[in-house]
Amino acid sequence: MIAEHFPVLVVILPLVAAPLCVILRHGGRAWLLATVITWVSFILAIALLRQVMDTGTISYLLGDWAAPWGIEYRIDQLSAFIILIVTGIGSVMMIFAPKSVAVEIPGDRVYLFYTMYLLTFAGLLGMAATGDAFNLFVFLEISSLSTYVLISLGKERRALTAAYRYLVLGTIGATFYIIGVGMMYQMTGTLNMADLAERLPAVAETKTILVAVGFLTVGIGLKMGLFPLHLWLPNAYTYAPSVVTAFLAATATKVAVYVLLRIYYTFFGAGIFEGLPVSNLLLVLGIIAALSMSAVAIFQDNAKRLLAYSSVAQLGYIVIGISLVTATGAMASILHLFNHALIKGSLFLVLACVFYRIGSTKVDDMAGIGKSMPFTMAAFVLAGFSLIGIPLTTGFVSKWFLINAALEKGWWMVAVVIVASSLLAVIYFWKVIEAAYFRPRPDGAAVVTEVPAAMLVPLWVLVAANIYFGTNTELSVGTARRAAEILMGNGG
Amino acid sequence: MMENPLFWSLAIPLIGSLAIVAVGRNANLRETATLITAVALFLTVAGITPDVFGGARPSLVFGTIFPGLDLFLKVEPLGMLFGLVASGLWIVNSLYSIGYMRGNNERNQTRFYFFFAISLASAIGVAFAGNMLTLFVFYEILTICTYPLVTHSGTEEAVKSGRVYLGILMSTSIGLLLLGIIWTWNAAGTLDFTPGGILKGKVSDGLIGVLLFLYMYGIGKAALMPIHRWLPAAMVAPTPVSALLHAVAVVKAGVFTVLKVIIYIFGIDLVNGTSASLLLAGIAAATLLIASVVAMRKDNLKARLAYSTISQLSYIILGAAIATGASVVGGGMHIVMHAFGKITLFFCAGAIYTAHHLTLVSELNGIGRKMPVTMIAFVVGALSIIGLPPMGGSLSKWHLMLGAAEGEQFIFIAVWMLSSILSVAYLMPIVVRAFFRPLPAPQSVGAAAAGGAGGGGIEEAPLFCLIAIVISAAGTFALFFAAGDIGQLLAPLAKP
Repeated sequence: MIAEHFPVLVVILPLVAAPLCVILRHGGRAWLLATVITWVSFILAIALLRQVMDTGTISYLLGDWAAPWGIEYRIDQLSAFIILIVTGIGSVMMIFAPKSVAVEIPGDRVYLFYTMYLLTFAGLLGMAATGDAFNLFVFLEISSLSTYVLISLGKERRALTAAYRYLVLGTIGATFYIIGVGMMYQMTGTLNMADLAERLPAVAETKTILVAVGFLTVGIGLKMGLFPLHLWLPNAYTYAPSVVTAFLAATATKVAVYVLLRIYYTFFGAGIFEGLPVSNLLLVLGIIAALSMSAVAIFQDNAKRLLAYSSVAQLGYIVIGISLVTATGAMASILHLFNHALIKGSLFLVLACVFYRIGSTKVDDMAGIGKSMPFTMAAFVLAGFSLIGIPLTTGFVSKWFLINAALEKGWWMVAVVIVASSLLAVIYFWKVIEAAYFRPRPDGAAVVTEVPAAMLVPLWVLVAANIYFGTNTELSVGTARRAAEILMGNGG
Repeated sequence: MMENPLFWSLAIPLIGSLAIVAVGRNANLRETATLITAVALFLTVAGITPDVFGGARPSLVFGTIFPGLDLFLKVEPLGMLFGLVASGLWIVNSLYSIGYMRGNNERNQTRFYFFFAISLASAIGVAFAGNMLTLFVFYEILTICTYPLVTHSGTEEAVKSGRVYLGILMSTSIGLLLLGIIWTWNAAGTLDFTPGGILKGKVSDGLIGVLLFLYMYGIGKAALMPIHRWLPAAMVAPTPVSALLHAVAVVKAGVFTVLKVIIYIFGIDLVNGTSASLLLAGIAAATLLIASVVAMRKDNLKARLAYSTISQLSYIILGAAIATGASVVGGGMHIVMHAFGKITLFFCAGAIYTAHHLTLVSELNGIGRKMPVTMIAFVVGALSIIGLPPMGGSLSKWHLMLGAAEGEQFIFIAVWMLSSILSVAYLMPIVVRAFFRPLPAPQSVGAAAAGGAGGGGIEEAPLFCLIAIVISAAGTFALFFAAGDIGQLLAPLAKP
């Protein structure tokens, strides 16, 4: 039965397709291949999630080598959910990509873009699917290296420095991760996650493991843009090609958060938070991120950079949820991974549309485009409402559960922080709205028209998803809840 | 779902808004669509009334947002009343809008009517909401879709006022109200509006106080000081917006929510006599008096009316804070009475602007001779606001004072009496100017050039405006006699 092999197929397909793109050496054909592959992966992801919901965790042994000697792919509710996010966003982006890529990337490099896109895609999926700590490192590097290339494809020369900076910091992050894994291996003699979970409690009190936790947290913190390790992120998001930004913002940091959840809850179990001050640290960092980065976003004059800072702030929410160490908190975080992917995916796609027409994403240059690009900007308004957390949008659902989780613990100050941060979001979001709708087009500016339907349709699919999952939370909340229960259950 | 009138009470204005856009190019068709929608909505809402009068509580479930938390409508007397007022006055206001928007050659009229219809749908949603979450959803939509109406002119001033408007309403609702709601959900495990309240025995006394203030300052639309600034700011909008939204739908959605929360979330027994409620009553009383004093000092007619509204809204908040049977009934009644009185006054202000381009009180000398119908209606509205018989406003005030006596908080009776005197002081000078001062000499250029106000003849506003003014003034008068029925409709509020 082919269905047995879904866990590995979802990773292998894009991984194999990537070099094929190089062989094709033609932008259009590479796009076709990438689109087919991402959509097939998306369908596989849906099948996987259904399977996991029905039968529980799936274990797949690579080459039939039994774990812990062979590599195990292990899909539980959480990984299936993450795979769904990555493939869902990744496939919608592919529909959107060709027009946007055509204006932002030189024609002779377009096939490279699709190659790297597929590699990143495969890397992220591999990180989510694997049940092996070292294999995770391999996929982390696959996705990271290809991401550096993707960013450097940006139009401005500063994309190169942004990519370089990310390369340096990202490599440090990956190195820290592998150092942490090495220390765990030294203490337990295994790299399989399930095995680690069994053997780690016995040695949890040792200094080595303590240090390992530190390395792992900082390493993954770098990849996910955890404040104050986010320094690479604003430039990378600002100067990368628009589609790349949208894809990365919606998926890459999310997968990094997933890895962090895995490390804490699966490797060590929730007990880790009793012995170590990790949760306090995360709480403080999360709060600072949510407040300070939202405040910084207000002062940005490039909309892409503004949203980049907003992403760091939103990551603060997610980290706050983790730091509560309750089932509701973990669930709120997982839920927000999904919701924020939809929100930021739509918002960055809007900016891709804007760039497509006016060649800039500066707030000042966006003056007056509300009238000439009504559908694009209406999408921005709706996705922005979701970012702020207006009812009937996904952002509201996330906020509801996060505040609930904080109050459940009696931490009303945390609830106040979350609320305050979303008020700051109103300010930076409205800055763009006022420019687009109330300021006139500058004299002499080129006439702008609405973007083609090939861009509007995928954009509005994401926006519609924001509304749909804001009113019908069965899938998102249901899956997040079960994933959180499984995580917490592992803590015993 | 389709056969449920509650479904149509939301669907009609939404369908209407689409129809308005569809025929937007043809002004006559567009305005016919608005009027038909308004009438259809009113008939639908009125159709539910006998049932609710008879004790039924029709409901409609839309769906589940969160496990255990539905989005649903359920009509009870107070919401019924608010729904009737909002939808009924929409008809009158639509007539008025036609005269006003054409008379002033406003731009983007299709957008105007479109958002107006959506605002009304949200107001009905607020009125009929079955739990606090549903109410919050519509409350937020109402804020958002009135923003384009407030900033209608697109001028720099409008954008600035829009910032204040949105800033205050959003930050209070997201920052305080939502927190209060989630906290309530966390503590009580339900958000359904339940007679007698849902918080009794669920939370400590201290938390009751905190929640009370999260709600009262979270409901920014009720304009309790010091979060009242958005209301004068909103006056930059075209007058029909000020009239229906910022004298009726939006602000009443605010005080309506206040009453709902006090009656069905806290329960009046829980609030009555607590120190937090006393503090709230004190703040409401202060708001009520200070806003009246500020109103006296405003020369701009619409600004004066806005502060008068702030003052009148606090009547209702004060009634809610006193939390006795009669005071909440009086508060509910005052929603209706003030709505009719204040919309009349705004209609008059807009008519004066349309006909003569005058906005300042000090310019109104002798205007009564040029616009007798308008200014007589103004007198009717003013008397109702002041609270003199035979206008509706006198009876709601009577109930409110009765409530204060019932709660043995006699000081607030004095507050209300003082407030009446203050409202005489800010409204009557307008009437005196209009009827007893001579018209300015023709060479007072501004007025003459703009409105051609030099001659002595009657120059009223466009006919549509005038019809609306007469209807609303007549309504203000008629309510004096309908007060008994309204009191009966609201009676269930008093006994949980």
